[in-house]
Amino acid sequence: MAIDTDTARRVAKLARIRVEDAALPALAQEFSAILGFIEQLNEVDVDGIEPMTSVTPQRLYRRDDVVTDGNQQAAILANAPDAREGFFAVPKVVE
Amino acid sequence: MTDLTKLTIADARDALRKGDVTSAELTQACLTAIDAADALNAFVHKTPEVAKSQAEAADARLKADDTPDLCGIPLGIKDLFCTKGVPSQAASGILNGFKPEYESTVTTHLFDAGAVMLGKLNMDEFAMGSSNETSVYGDAVNPWKVDDRKLTPGGSSGGSASAVAADLCLGATGTDTGGSIRQPAAFTGITGIKPTYGRVSRWGIIAFASSLDQAGPMTKTVRDSAIMLRAMSGFDPKDSTSANIPVPDFEAALTGDIRGKVIGIPKEYSMDGMPAEIAKLWEDGTVMLRDAGAEIRDISLPHTKYALPAYYVIAPAEASSNLARYDGVRFGHRAKLDPGDGITEMYEKTRAEGFGAEVQRRVMVGTYVLSAGFYDAYYNRARKVRALIKRDFDQVFADGVDAILTPATPSAAFGLGEMADADPIKMYLNDVFTVTVNLAGLPGIAVPAGTDASGLPLGLQLIGRPWEEGDLLNVAYSLERAAGFVAKPDRWW
Repeated sequence: MAIDTDTARRVAKLARIRVEDAALPALAQEFSAILGFIEQLNEVDVDGIEPMTSVTPQRLYRRDDVVTDGNQQAAILANAPDAREGFFAVPKVVE
Repeated sequence: MTDLTKLTIADARDALRKGDVTSAELTQACLTAIDAADALNAFVHKTPEVAKSQAEAADARLKADDTPDLCGIPLGIKDLFCTKGVPSQAASGILNGFKPEYESTVTTHLFDAGAVMLGKLNMDEFAMGSSNETSVYGDAVNPWKVDDRKLTPGGSSGGSASAVAADLCLGATGTDTGGSIRQPAAFTGITGIKPTYGRVSRWGIIAFASSLDQAGPMTKTVRDSAIMLRAMSGFDPKDSTSANIPVPDFEAALTGDIRGKVIGIPKEYSMDGMPAEIAKLWEDGTVMLRDAGAEIRDISLPHTKYALPAYYVIAPAEASSNLARYDGVRFGHRAKLDPGDGITEMYEKTRAEGFGAEVQRRVMVGTYVLSAGFYDAYYNRARKVRALIKRDFDQVFADGVDAILTPATPSAAFGLGEMADADPIKMYLNDVFTVTVNLAGLPGIAVPAGTDASGLPLGLQLIGRPWEEGDLLNVAYSLERAAGFVAKPDRWW
């Protein structure tokens, strides 16, 4: 399936990656090549096959619903590009 | 003792226990070798202070009896592992400056066993690549060389492979999502094993594709892989897919006796256009295992052809989800904003600046295949094909096959930059023999088995039954002994 530049723009937007307009045609072409490769999967008869949801047949591990850690505000904020007064700081999100 | 850096882990362990050498001496020898090998660009964050203090502690411990196998052994750690207070950035610009406040489970296990960390190793960005050319640190270089060209050490664990092959460290951690331990091991003439999915905790390893990622050792010998894998393995409540089963003594499984073992040779791996050298290596390996007393059986894994396309749906889909966390808020890079920019611009500019081209491509492909209207056609179909690929393996194992022999890679190491103009799919084909193993969650090991006409190393892959790494390592050990690959790269760096 060929991907047009509008689709490429929409995907970039969904992925939250800025792509300049001039770069969109090349990107669309790359997507088309990769999706063309992926489309081989349409040759496979998958009738009655369940999608794999777990690599090994085991239930996910469960633990008791209790607090196991906390009180690590400084460690959590240590790598933040902008932290103020014990919070992550971001551009204004509400008018 | 001269040439300390050339020791295997097993030999160094024995020498340390006997007191013939100290960890401090061994560690200093490696640090000196690392400083002289900047041309390989394998170690991208050197940690001599950490190494010296760990070596000192190991030497104190070695005075007592019953020290763990890895006590005092200097290792390199792939940049994908979070190491407390030490840069850990998955070779990405988006994690520039990131110093974790916590230690990954694997490195915790290694340090508890007394291992010494020499530094962090180069890799493809977020482990996405097969040539170590997508790294923000620049290319890692293969110590093997046959002409003027610099060759790739493979990827994504290219720095790990280069460092072990060049004797900069005794062993290294790697991770493998589609072949990222086995392909670079094959390109550099070393051994690397990807264990069964769930054997090694993923906690603290920067995630790429969570249902495929698995860490493992990259070492000079099969025995060293057995030793190091045991130390890395084990149940971890912090990884919900970690298996709560005992970890056997893998080294004790290395008897070299494979009489009566059934080795499958899958016809589908005999691809059109396979170079004659690879076909011959595979045939030679088959003969070696037969001569060692194994029964060779032709088998069929009919869905092999669809493994790569299924992988290139599933891995990008999981990556697009895992990499959503890099938003410029909690850690790593944040783009400089223009007046009036809001939070969406912050996300978009941060991710455009921080992610390299291949990572952006895969995140966007993953976003597309998961988007409304395409989820069933791409993602669910790929997961169904994945179930069929696993079923192929289940059937041959149920029929009595103990291990499967295949080539590890479709070629020897290629030149850095040679694939720059190729379409991305050409690069993806590097993983054609290894990717099935990740999709099925099986253990797989690459063992050096010969060279191509120019003298570059070539590897064979053995695939084992789930949780039977001991048996798999034993078959690999037998192959290693028969192949007798001992060549080392001539030092040019």
